[in-house]
Amino acid sequence: MPRSAALEAELAMQACGRRPEHLLQMLIRLQEVFGHLPPEALTRLAAVLGLPRARIEGVAGFYSFLHTRPVGRYRLLFPDNIIDRMLGVPRLMDRICRNLWIEPGLLSEDGLVSADTTSCIGMGDQGPSMLVNGRSLTALDDARADALCERIRAGEPLSAWPAEWFAVADNIRRRDMLLSAPPVPGEALAAAQARGRAAWLDEMHASGLRGRGGAGFATARKWQACRDAAGERRVVVCNADEGEPGTFKDRVLLTRMADAVFEGMTLAAWAVGADQGFLYLRGEYRYLRAPLQAVLEARRSAGLLGHHIRGVDGFDFDIEIHLGAGAYVCGEESALLESLEGRRGTPRIRPPFPVTHGYLGRPTVVNNVETLAACCLVAIHGGAWFAGHGSAASSGSKLLSVSGDVARPGVYEYPFGVRVREVLDDAGAVDTLAVQLGGAAGIMLAEHEFDRRIGFEDLPTAGALMVFDGRRDPFEVAANFVRFFAHESCGFCTPCRVGTQLLAGYMDKLAAGNGSFRDLADIEWLDRLLKNASHCGLGSSAPNPVIDGLRNFRPAFERRLKNADFQPAFDLDKALERARQMTGRDDAEAHLDNSPERP
Amino acid sequence: MMETAHFLLDGVAVPFAEGQTILEAARAAGRYIPHLCWHPDFPPHGSCKLCIVAVGGRHLSACATPAVDGAVVASDVPEINAERRALLQMLFVEGNHFCPSCEKSGLCQLQALASELGMTTPRFNHFYPDRPVDASHPDVLLDFNRCIYCELCVRASRDQDGKSVFALTNRGIHKHLVVNAESGRLGDTDFAADDVAAGICPVGVILRKRVGFAVPIGSRTYDTRPISAVSMDREEP
Ligand SMILES: Cc1cc2nc3c(=O)[nH]c(=O)nc-3n(C[C@H](O)[C@H](O)[C@H](O)COP(=O)(O)O)c2cc1C
Ligand code: SF4
Ligand code: SF4
Ligand code: FES
Repeated sequence: MPRSAALEAELAMQACGRRPEHLLQMLIRLQEVFGHLPPEALTRLAAVLGLPRARIEGVAGFYSFLHTRPVGRYRLLFPDNIIDRMLGVPRLMDRICRNLWIEPGLLSEDGLVSADTTSCIGMGDQGPSMLVNGRSLTALDDARADALCERIRAGEPLSAWPAEWFAVADNIRRRDMLLSAPPVPGEALAAAQARGRAAWLDEMHASGLRGRGGAGFATARKWQACRDAAGERRVVVCNADEGEPGTFKDRVLLTRMADAVFEGMTLAAWAVGADQGFLYLRGEYRYLRAPLQAVLEARRSAGLLGHHIRGVDGFDFDIEIHLGAGAYVCGEESALLESLEGRRGTPRIRPPFPVTHGYLGRPTVVNNVETLAACCLVAIHGGAWFAGHGSAASSGSKLLSVSGDVARPGVYEYPFGVRVREVLDDAGAVDTLAVQLGGAAGIMLAEHEFDRRIGFEDLPTAGALMVFDGRRDPFEVAANFVRFFAHESCGFCTPCRVGTQLLAGYMDKLAAGNGSFRDLADIEWLDRLLKNASHCGLGSSAPNPVIDGLRNFRPAFERRLKNADFQPAFDLDKALERARQMTGRDDAEAHLDNSPERP
Repeated sequence: MMETAHFLLDGVAVPFAEGQTILEAARAAGRYIPHLCWHPDFPPHGSCKLCIVAVGGRHLSACATPAVDGAVVASDVPEINAERRALLQMLFVEGNHFCPSCEKSGLCQLQALASELGMTTPRFNHFYPDRPVDASHPDVLLDFNRCIYCELCVRASRDQDGKSVFALTNRGIHKHLVVNAESGRLGDTDFAADDVAAGICPVGVILRKRVGFAVPIGSRTYDTRPISAVSMDREEP
């Protein structure tokens, strides 16, 4: 007998602990059972957790991967980043939808399949990829697409599908200090503990290590602020949301060097005096949860997590994995904390900052996966050694996720200071027109800028490097990113909620050949407003692709303009077509002259 | 004795106490900064961005930014008012606002601000969203077409009425209000017409039934005095 929604809700609460901050994890679990979230289950959760039902509905509605209405037994999600489009994902999506007789966005009549698009799934180096029931399928081609449709029609469970369909290659193409020598578990902790707690933080100061998640804040200063903040029970969070389109290097670190990442978290906990840790793993990487759990378990057995870590009295720290559910904004650290607390991922007002008021109001360190892994190197080799690598203001190395028009997509590790051109040469890029560095939120570089150096002095980046050759259209790239931001805006603040939508509308208008110079002026005005008035980094970086596009590739935009000051977004004459049909007229008087001179 | 801290607001020195925001300190000194989601009885929300001011080169929300000694703040200046007008235009085009037929006309803060700040056109294309009306409650009507997501009803119902009748769901441009009932109908909640939340909406979403147009449009609050004056009437706690 199928279990009732109420029973499953009860089991989910039991499994996750009956705490409101575990709400998102419960919803994810419930959805694993039902495919969607039945209304009765939400009502039941509300009653037992003592939360307003509306709040639960609010959380369920926020995340793209949670469904409050039934979806197919097979849920197909096709990534829509520009790189995926270049790899031919839209064509494969079309092929699969035709094969299965379904329409994107709709549920098939028999309830078997639903298909839709989604933001970048972190597989830009894997060939055409997609998600089926949350699992990544890689290296899709026509044959695999057709075979997959057969299995879906036969109702075969994913567990019976060929394992190689789910294979995710690491594609490490260049190793430097971090990737070349993964530390032995416990090695870095032993080194830090030998120095003593205060001296360990001094070592971090000396290393000059700066955050790899984008903002580049000095890691030691963040730790120190957390250590010195008033409050109990400090928290260390590893930001593994990796939602920036075109990035996948954290995926590789979590696959190859999970021990180093967890050890970095433990090193942070030691420095700040934290006893609780979270790894916030993006929903797209759910397949990594089980192997990561196994690593955590092994570390507990080895005395590297839990009570009295490595025999040190009073050093207690453990790590839980929390899943995200399809929301780019949850990579922003304060939105991430909201999400960890089981809420909608809305960025908080800052100040106060997470270091003083973070998870449940406690002092909290949030660091990127790569930052934490790099801490192990500082512990093992010392701060001075680390600072000796890279460039003056950017010590150490940087992992780059290289994708797009290159012969060898994958992860490349370089000392900071490397020139863009060198990366392009190593990756086998030819006839490169543009490089998008730092993901959709980053900057778009033209040929004359390829000799610039990657590092906080010149080109800071979280590591996505998307390459576009002469066949590509920079306007299309910018339009794709603008759509991404509109889709991912959390909707909290006016400029971003409405502005990203308006910007997407203008890009559509230009794409349809209906643009005018007046529209370009409006676009530039919106760009400024988004930059100035947005509540968080999502909104303020949303106009970047357009700003850079207009700066470096203006002809690609202007080519699309009708030479007019003002052009309506729709064709005036076409709008009259129905009236003509209904009146049976098609004479000259029944047509409008669309020329812009008319009042 | 330590000297009182001050910042400059449009050239005038404004004193403030430690922890006060720019907006609070300005109000205490009798100076109005536009706002929609801010309300004296609640902590700052920071979502509408109408209170935007320039501090140094940065544009910040006055309602959520602590005042700093010596800061130079610009508020009633052309650049900032232009941004405010654009934000108002955004709020108008994302919803369905037919002011002439709205029961809140003349009592609506969105309309009043648009009028005071000289917003004469919507500038952008209208979104014409499809937002159903909820008339299920005996005493109160919800017309979601006008919601600006200030969350004052959410906060008032949760923090003052202790009911949590309202919450937001979905995200981005699809964000919208839901009520606390499996049916999704206000009539199935414990909402009451004398809840604080029933009277707090700055626009025309939460409306009492059967009292419409008691005061004729034209002689209502903001028809006779600008919002910058009305807003300052209230003594802050
Ligand atoms: C919209 C948005 C998305 C972000 N996404 C991520 C992310 O996926 N991973 C990450 O590490 N940092 C992300 N960040 C940056 C974080 O807010 C934060 O600065 C970072 O996790 C701090 O870690 P670090 O100091 O080690 O770089 C994002 C920021 C914004 C504004
Ligand atoms: S800028 Fe965008 S993502 Fe950030 S708070 Fe505002 S609406 Fe949300
Ligand atoms: S209904 Fe009114 S009070 Fe509630 S969020 Fe919308 S505009 Fe604000
Ligand atoms: S009043 Fe400050 S953001 Fe709304």
